[in-house]
Amino acid sequence: MNKQEKEQYLREYSVLKAQGKPFFPYAVAKDALMACVVMLAIILMSLILGAELGPKADPTTTTYTPRPEWYFFFLFELLKVIKPPELVPLATIGVPTICMILLFLLPFYDRSPERRPEKRPIATTAGIFTICAMGLLTYLGAEAGAPTRIEMETPERISAQGGAMVEQYEAGKLVVAQSGCLACHKIAENGNDGPGPELTDIADRLPAQAIAQTLVNPTSPMPSFRSLQEKEPEKFRNMVMFLGQLKKDE
Amino acid sequence: MPKLKLPLPPIPDKVVPLPKRPGQPKQGPVDLAKEAGISAVDWVDERTSLSGAARWMMFRKVPKGTNWFYTLGSATMFAFLSQAVTGVFLAMYYRPDAASGAYESMRYVNDEVFLGEFVHGMHKWGSSVMVILIFLHMARTFFFGAYKYPRELNWVIGVVLLILTMTMSFTGYLLPFDQRSYWATIVGVNINGTGPLVGPFLSDFLRGGPEFGATTLSRFYAIHMLLVPGLLGALIGFHLYLVAKLGTTAPPWVSAEKYTKKDEEQA
Repeated sequence: MNKQEKEQYLREYSVLKAQGKPFFPYAVAKDALMACVVMLAIILMSLILGAELGPKADPTTTTYTPRPEWYFFFLFELLKVIKPPELVPLATIGVPTICMILLFLLPFYDRSPERRPEKRPIATTAGIFTICAMGLLTYLGAEAGAPTRIEMETPERISAQGGAMVEQYEAGKLVVAQSGCLACHKIAENGNDGPGPELTDIADRLPAQAIAQTLVNPTSPMPSFRSLQEKEPEKFRNMVMFLGQLKKDE
Repeated sequence: MPKLKLPLPPIPDKVVPLPKRPGQPKQGPVDLAKEAGISAVDWVDERTSLSGAARWMMFRKVPKGTNWFYTLGSATMFAFLSQAVTGVFLAMYYRPDAASGAYESMRYVNDEVFLGEFVHGMHKWGSSVMVILIFLHMARTFFFGAYKYPRELNWVIGVVLLILTMTMSFTGYLLPFDQRSYWATIVGVNINGTGPLVGPFLSDFLRGGPEFGATTLSRFYAIHMLLVPGLLGALIGFHLYLVAKLGTTAPPWVSAEKYTKKDEEQA
């Protein structure tokens, strides 16, 4: 906006203001009514949805489901869209940071004096696109759920090795399912495809030893299972064993 | 006699009290009661001179055409106030002690304290309401072009308020210290850690060390209780000051074409 446009705006605005109504009581009345609606909404949500307190935090646990508050779903979902490991920082920090900088600087690069949404096609389209994208990502994030079960046939090469083996395999499957791995990894038909790599045939790529290494000392954002290994080595062994059997069947 | 002349809000002509007839200097109890409030305000104003500020804040004009979309900002602030009040009540019971206190104190609030779960629920769901409202308020500002001259600075402060609100929600998530909050926070902190350059330092700062330990919860608690609310309060004050100073925008499609000479003089 150049000087003339600024003066034009201020002039027009002062006229609009002169034609307007006083803040008190007219705007205050509207605000107060809106405040009542907000209060009512909060009270109703509190009464209907309650304030559920889950089981106590336990670093050794295997039954957690790391789910953020719903309005972070779109950030969480973004991680799944951008999958290659070298691009993960771009998804986790890069895109949100760029969005934030764009948001901060908005008045400094959008300098036209036009204010009507229909006469600012680029800004309006970008705004609607952003809202739709966030809405879609939030929806996808909410849909993904927090699976705690893995539906998989026990492969024949396991059942061929007898009961003890099957037992350990099943126990390991349970540990993996309840550890929330599926929130970020896909195992056959189960879980989310990303942000973590697919684990369906992880054992073809990594020996069991390396899988155990990764569990204890993962690359972020995956949480470490070190405490599980220390406190419940049995469960940890089962987990590694199950993951170590995820191979493509010939 | 009270000296203060409070500006009267516009009221219909019929309701305006008639001026006193001359020759009635005697004051009855009703007159005294009427003036008691003014005297009290007078007493404060003599010492603070705040009436000018109050008048400036309350009796400014809002441009014609403002509609319900313009209540979203105040609604967001109201949600923040609700969070502050319910948060204070929760803080009366909460113990930021990861080893034993935190989870048990929230259990106590939920199960034993009168209306405890209700207030906890209001705080929990109030955060969602506040986030929704702040996004709606931002959308209104964006689509109405209300961030343009002369309100650029107010937009920037608004974005900071948005980030601080998200920070509040992220740091508050850990405090009940149940499974969900614990693991979600670990993932969140790890995600922060993947950032270039500052990432690892930010994660270490949030955890209070390389591992998720005893100080982590106190740190989140301090950020959630002291640092961010203080910043939020101060910046909301500044945001409001600028709104009052610059005025709320009129909707972009409202024009001042039909103004008269009188309007211009008033302006």
